[in-house]
Order: sequence, then structure tokens, then C-alpha cells
Amino acid sequence: MTVSAELELQSFVLLRLGERRFAVSANQIAELVAPSRVFRFPHRTPKLDGVILRRGRIVPVCDVSEMLVGKRLTSRRFYLIAVRNYGTQREWIAIPVTGECELINAEMTAAVESDAPHVGGWLSHDGDVIEVLNLDTLTPGPEQLRAQAATPHAAEALP
Amino acid sequence: MRLAAPVKPSPVKTEQIILFRVSGQLFAVSSASVQEVRSADSMSGSEIEISAPGLRKVRHVVRRGDRSLFIVNGAMHFGLHATEGALLFVLRKTRTALLIDGIDKMSTMTRLQALPLSFCHEERQWYRGLTALDQTVIPVVKPEGFLSLEELALLDAALLQADNTAAAAHEETDSAQ
Repeated sequence: MTVSAELELQSFVLLRLGERRFAVSANQIAELVAPSRVFRFPHRTPKLDGVILRRGRIVPVCDVSEMLVGKRLTSRRFYLIAVRNYGTQREWIAIPVTGECELINAEMTAAVESDAPHVGGWLSHDGDVIEVLNLDTLTPGPEQLRAQAATPHAAEALP
Repeated sequence: MRLAAPVKPSPVKTEQIILFRVSGQLFAVSSASVQEVRSADSMSGSEIEISAPGLRKVRHVVRRGDRSLFIVNGAMHFGLHATEGALLFVLRKTRTALLIDGIDKMSTMTRLQALPLSFCHEERQWYRGLTALDQTVIPVVKPEGFLSLEELALLDAALLQADNTAAAAHEETDSAQ
């Protein structure tokens, strides 16, 4: 492998949601943890399950499975703790995943305009083409609220 | 040789909180924000029925001198299953009397964590933040978050209308006599 080819390789964490695999840049991953108690309280933000306590921090649980695989996960084996950017601020979020995660080095193909906003790029690995997730557009945040400002909210609180 | 004076650890800031339940869900409020705790029954004689369009969480108002306190049903505010409510928290520096199911206990909060930025809807107005107590996460409510300025304007208009209706009825009774 030449030096230039080596430089293009990046580290990704492969995660499994049901039957499908997705990738997140390894720079954004803090840790993979076993499921712990989810604390739920009334709120109106979709895709948020509640919060977990991790190392003294309160971490929101963002269930992205419905958006990515079309159904909610019934079995959760781990939480992938990732870093989510909110403008200049960064916070941890927990993403429920169904299988063990894998760290790989791969070359990413950039996303094109026709790709969904949550697609940050594409990887080819083990004969699969895998979406690299852009967590900043996939998970809820104030910027999405501004985009949805014109949409009326649900009358019932979640969960 | 003189040793440097030991640095005294700064005392941990604590806040007294009241843990209370609404429709089975646990919440916390700073005890400094609660002016009075009343039984819901104790208000039943003095409350006036009120109906503001699109605001189902407020059904009654209580007059206190020149002030009006709007009774906010906690369950409806948070979108939980409606319950009767047994206690009222009269919240300091607000026009809200919050109808709750009951008080769980008093406690001390040592750390209030800001609501994570993922929570980006109305809950940002509802909560000051979250606190971890006995390995449980509890939302700490914002006393001024129960009624927005727009909601207060709606309620004031409804109250004025209720007053006018009552005055007209009173006049009619007087003239009939």
C-alpha cells in the first residue's frame, strides 16, 4: 500500500440495527456499553427514548432504528455512546444497537446530493455497501426544531 | 520554611427540592419556588370556572386580593393520563397553582444537569434540567414554564369575559328585584 492510499483510509465503527449494518466515524464514538436502565419522563421530541446514567453523566437515548430500518428495535444488546455536535457544543448521545460493533479501516466515498441527509458517505466492506451515518442530521437537535417550526406538534407527550 | 495554608474545599452548592408525582411520574421542584402547599379541596369554594380556547390544562382560577392564580392540571400540562389531583403547589413569582397527585418526599439536590440539547421541543420550557438522585434521573421543573405569556394573555381574556358575564347576570338579578 502506498503512503497516499494509506492516508485516505479512515476508522469507522460498524453497528448493527436488525439485519442491516451502518457505519459511524470512529472519531465520534466514545464507547460501547451494555444496556442500562432508561429513565423516561414527559417530553415532545420524537426519536428520544429517555436518558441513561453513564459515568455520572445523563445521556439521551436516541432511537434511530425506525428511521433507518423502518421499525423499532425489539432487542437491544448495547448502547453506542457517540458524540453529537450542536453548533459549537458537543454532547454524548446513546444509540441502541442490536449487535456487537466492529472497528474497521476503510475508504469513504462521499455522499451525493441525492442521498438522504443522514448519509455522510458510503463504505464498501465485506461485499456490502454500508451507509456512513451523519449523526448531526440523524438525531434530534435545535437545528431540526427550527426546520420543523412550521409543523404543528403532537398533542400527546412522549413517551 | 512556611507551608502554604491548606486550601479549604469550597462547599458543594445544594438545593432543597420537593419530589412530587403527577399521574405516577416523578418530578422535582425547588422548595424555594413553592410558596404554599394546599389541599385541592380547600380551594373548591373560592375557585371560578374558566375556559380559554385551546387551553384545556386550566379550568379554574382563584382570586387572591388583586391577583388571579390559574390552576394548572399537571397531568394535562405534561400530556400524561389525566388525574384528579389532590394537592396544589402555589408557585412563587408566578400566577400558577399546580395541581399534582401528591408529594413523594423532600430531598437535597447537589447537581443540576442542563437538559441535553437533543431535547429540543416544549420540554425546554418545562424543565430547568435533570438531576440524579439515588441512581434515578428526575426532571426538575421550571415554575415559570407552566404558563407561557401567550397562554396567560388567553387566560386573562377568558377571565375578563367570565367577569363581564357574571356582572351582567348580577345586574339582571338586581333589576328583576
